[in-house]
Amino acid sequence: MSDFTAVSTAEAPGPRAGRPDSGPRSLAGDAWRDLRTSKVFWIAAVLVVVVLLMAAWPSLFTSADPRDCVLARKNAGGSGGALFGYDFQGCDVYAKTVYGARDSILVGVSATLIAGLLGLVVGLLAGYLGGWIDALLSRLVDVVLAIPFILGAIVLAKRLSSDPESNGVLAVIVTLGVLGWTTAARVMRSAVISAKNQDYVTAARMLGAGPARLMVRHILPNAISPFVVVLTVLLGINIAGEATLSYLGVGLKGDAVSWGLAIAEAGPYARTVAAPLVWPSVFLAATVLAFIMLGDAIRDAFDPKLR
Amino acid sequence: MTDITARLDALPGLDPRAPLLQVNDLHVEFRTRDGVARAVNGVDLWLNPGETLAVVGESGCGKSVTAQAIMGILDTPPAHVTGGEVLYRGVDLLRLPETDRRGVRANRIAMIFQDALSALNPVYTVGFQLAELFRVHRGTSRREAKRRAVELLDQVRIPDARRRVDDYPHQFSGGMRQRVMIAMALALDPEVLIADEPTTALDVTVQAQIMSLLAELQRQRDMGLILITHDMGVVADVADRIAVMYAGKVVEEAPVHDLYAHPGHAYTKALLESIPRLDFKGQPLSVIRGLPPALTDLPSGCAFHPRCAYAREICRLEPPPAYRIAPQRITSCHFVREVLGV
Repeated sequence: MSDFTAVSTAEAPGPRAGRPDSGPRSLAGDAWRDLRTSKVFWIAAVLVVVVLLMAAWPSLFTSADPRDCVLARKNAGGSGGALFGYDFQGCDVYAKTVYGARDSILVGVSATLIAGLLGLVVGLLAGYLGGWIDALLSRLVDVVLAIPFILGAIVLAKRLSSDPESNGVLAVIVTLGVLGWTTAARVMRSAVISAKNQDYVTAARMLGAGPARLMVRHILPNAISPFVVVLTVLLGINIAGEATLSYLGVGLKGDAVSWGLAIAEAGPYARTVAAPLVWPSVFLAATVLAFIMLGDAIRDAFDPKLR
Repeated sequence: MTDITARLDALPGLDPRAPLLQVNDLHVEFRTRDGVARAVNGVDLWLNPGETLAVVGESGCGKSVTAQAIMGILDTPPAHVTGGEVLYRGVDLLRLPETDRRGVRANRIAMIFQDALSALNPVYTVGFQLAELFRVHRGTSRREAKRRAVELLDQVRIPDARRRVDDYPHQFSGGMRQRVMIAMALALDPEVLIADEPTTALDVTVQAQIMSLLAELQRQRDMGLILITHDMGVVADVADRIAVMYAGKVVEEAPVHDLYAHPGHAYTKALLESIPRLDFKGQPLSVIRGLPPALTDLPSGCAFHPRCAYAREICRLEPPPAYRIAPQRITSCHFVREVLGV
């Protein structure tokens, strides 16, 4: 019985060669290696970069002036000069949309960052420390959540933008940020509570880790995913929130241009001419989608089990 | 940071000739809404370097709580250590400031858990988690830390450690994960290792491998090992001494062979009789009637009396004293003579 063929015992090369001389692999490094191969990430990243470029240097995309409105061109269709035609006041819709990116993105991203920071700190502390601190912070969340958004935002934005010189951007950012962090905080709190009771947190404590290290190194990375999802959604809500406030007259003021303003202005005339409503909406939707996709891709990349 | 070991060597009251670990009259209770659960009611244990002490008992008898109290990782509240002392070389850990206590963990006393997968952080590679220990406790450079991580994985017999060091916990099998956990616990050369049911989550063949690995590492390092288990079969091969716990107390303590040959407590005897044996094939397996007592409402006298075959009036009325029946044997049973059959 010697006709068995010998099976090679040499081990097949692994998916990646070991790099014994480098330092330990970091979570961020692994996440980046993973992201580089993700289609969704690249599509989202390109969209985000384009929108950011638009926000930073709108003149790269159009030579027209969004404030150069001639009533004679009212509701005129698309032509060589104006890609998307003109709105009911004779302004170039394409130029307005491009220039509108700046304030929309500025408001959306800044308000989300403020809300995210507040939500992260409050949620992490409430969830980790528990006890009366948790009770206090949770009631604070309840109180803020109980304020009717429109009413609270009108009062707050009105108070903050008392200076007639300002264009209202800062006031809108602060208003949306201060009123919008509650969901993020609640999600963070519950994720932290479920993470802190895991054995690996006890194990880290057993191995001599202090409270700060436990929170930042062991609990936070395991609790962050639902929070990231909430933030990406919040970004869209904030861009739309700016539109709402502007429509109500407490948002951006003067000759400001934003997607929200443009959508609000074009609404009543949509049946006559759709382009002034459609294009800012498309840009808004694409931007929000891009950020959501980016958030999703990043969250997946930071979860080793999905790799 | 780097002088943690120096600080630990200069702990006030540290006496190198004192016993490695000594637990005296430890009491722990959980204050819950449903009342006070007295999980540990006066546990005494001691441990010498190179020695293996097995702590056995049913679920809920206070084995794990005792271990966590020694480590100082009980969640307070609801758990409160209400009395006793935990002496490491003469230093009472329960009265140590938190920073020193933290230093003692992992550097002097380490612990491994039952479920290694949930005890390893899922978002970091095992190499990262091992290296972090060296970097935080010893101030080692990243590169050196990683080299030592590989070395450790090698020591716990993880094949191809050089490559596996970059894998995440979920990419390891159950036995390999427990090896990683052992590597983490041993990374900083502790003098005491507490293994809390290290093989319960593993299948039988892997259990044996992990136990022999633990025994070997213990011999190499002359480490004291506290093995917490409810598996009397595992204990017989590896332990030097056994402490049997019931309702938060050590009811009998003895060298392993004496205890198996001549149990000195009615509970120990019943426990040993309930192990399935090949030579008793076909006969009904003897069991201990009833359930372990609720910790919120412990029976009077000897806590085992409602389930005990030897129980008489005195067992209900008086808690049994600790009898020293041989130089290293202590038992708390009113009817120790009847149980021993002398």
